[in-house]
Amino acid sequence: MQFFIYGSPSEKQQPKDPAELGKFMEESVKKGILITGGGLNRKETRIVLAEGKVSFTDGPFLEGKELIPGFTVIQVDTKEKAIEWVTNLRRLYGDGETKLVQIFGAS
Amino acid sequence: MEVEKPIDEQVAELYRTESRRVLATLVRLLGDFDLAEEALQEAFRAALEQWPREGMPRNPRAWLVSTGRFKGIDDVRRRGRHEALLAAVAQETREATLDPEGLDDETLQDDQLRLIFTCCHPVLPQDGRIALALREVCGLTTEEIARAFLVPPATMTKRIARAKDRIRKERIPYEVPSRSELANRLAAVLQVVYLVYNEGFVTTAGQALSRRDLAEDALYLGRLIADLLPDPEAIGLLGLMLLHESRRPARADARGDVIPLEDQDRSLWNHEFIEEGISLAHRALLSGRFGSYTLQAAIAAVHAVAPSVAATDWGQIVRLYDMLLETGPSPVVELNRAIAVAMRDGPSAGLALIDALLENGELADYHPAHAVRADLNRRLGRNDEAAASYRRALTLARQEPERRFLKKRLAEISG
Repeated sequence: MQFFIYGSPSEKQQPKDPAELGKFMEESVKKGILITGGGLNRKETRIVLAEGKVSFTDGPFLEGKELIPGFTVIQVDTKEKAIEWVTNLRRLYGDGETKLVQIFGAS
Repeated sequence: MEVEKPIDEQVAELYRTESRRVLATLVRLLGDFDLAEEALQEAFRAALEQWPREGMPRNPRAWLVSTGRFKGIDDVRRRGRHEALLAAVAQETREATLDPEGLDDETLQDDQLRLIFTCCHPVLPQDGRIALALREVCGLTTEEIARAFLVPPATMTKRIARAKDRIRKERIPYEVPSRSELANRLAAVLQVVYLVYNEGFVTTAGQALSRRDLAEDALYLGRLIADLLPDPEAIGLLGLMLLHESRRPARADARGDVIPLEDQDRSLWNHEFIEEGISLAHRALLSGRFGSYTLQAAIAAVHAVAPSVAATDWGQIVRLYDMLLETGPSPVVELNRAIAVAMRDGPSAGLALIDALLENGELADYHPAHAVRADLNRRLGRNDEAAASYRRALTLARQEPERRFLKKRLAEISG
């Protein structure tokens, strides 16, 4: 099962201890849990279909505020394991909220 | 309605914003750096001539690329350059899509990456990579680069020519490395960027003033790479440079003398840079696939949020240095870790580590090691030991502002 994990965008929270966060993420990669994480590039590409014609443009650059803060995709066997992983992640940041949604179709 | 700027101003503006991208594509189409540079100049010359008469083309960038390509091919024919080159150009040109619709952003971005990877190719000597990247990717003139590195222009001209020659002779392909090579090749690129940044940050000899500040060029390169290839380490390096850069307004006094971290006025730090740097470091950590630049950025981030040296979370910094040492042994990192340990556990704890490091011999000629040893002894009130280390540091330090700082400290404890 894959899960999409993200924090509330209003919340600009930093980890309590960056070293611990780094270790936790590194280990999650090694265990095959962390599929991807780290957030988005500053540059977005817009694809527009208008009357059958496709156009796409790069940029403008997203401002810091508009960026979705760090998101993560993980792969685990059960929802319980996903909740456990997110709880551990949450503890690295202290009080606050992190959301978890299952990605359909990804096994 | 806005009044349109005169065409020559628009061309000048285009030169600033587009010339590097157009060059990157011309190098691919013409297969040669010198040829592409000449073609680029000719294309802009043609624009200055034709656009006032005929008006701006709908897609100026594509116009410049295709005009440059024709000028380049013309040039090859006229000068009867190597037939092989001509054949290569013809081949590339057949393969290339040149209608404006085909010249999309993605192609141009790929060309910029090709240019970066070629300029920083591992077969080139380090100084050649730096010079070529500054010239071709950042668009600095040879004279500007020479001045920045305090070498005569002729030396720099030769250095650049040699690097280009090497690219030709070794037939270095103009490409983004394959997945299997990418990590190593990207490391070489990031190293060039960081060396450029550090050249701007400190000078190894002589006066710090009167040189072009390469920090801005390094930041430009760092942003470009992080945007084109958002690898965690590219993001981490950009974060690291921004966090260093945030301290610029506070790290030197009016004379250009170094102000150590503990004495810097933190209200002068650039908070925009700090915010962006921290967010980049954080994102790179979240990837779980980071390396030394990200860890260094994380260390700089811990400093950036601390209200003072005393209120800094030195425990976090020690742990980050521990992780940094896991990526590869380095006596300089060991030294910095020892400083952090001294701040966390007291000067004697740090001093023990530093004495062990100095006994090891690797840092014996590295003046900061002696300066730190002096400082810790000074804090412990061992002024004789401190003075001996300040003197040792003074025999090794070459940068004038640093020497002044060391002399000042030596005078303080001797007086």
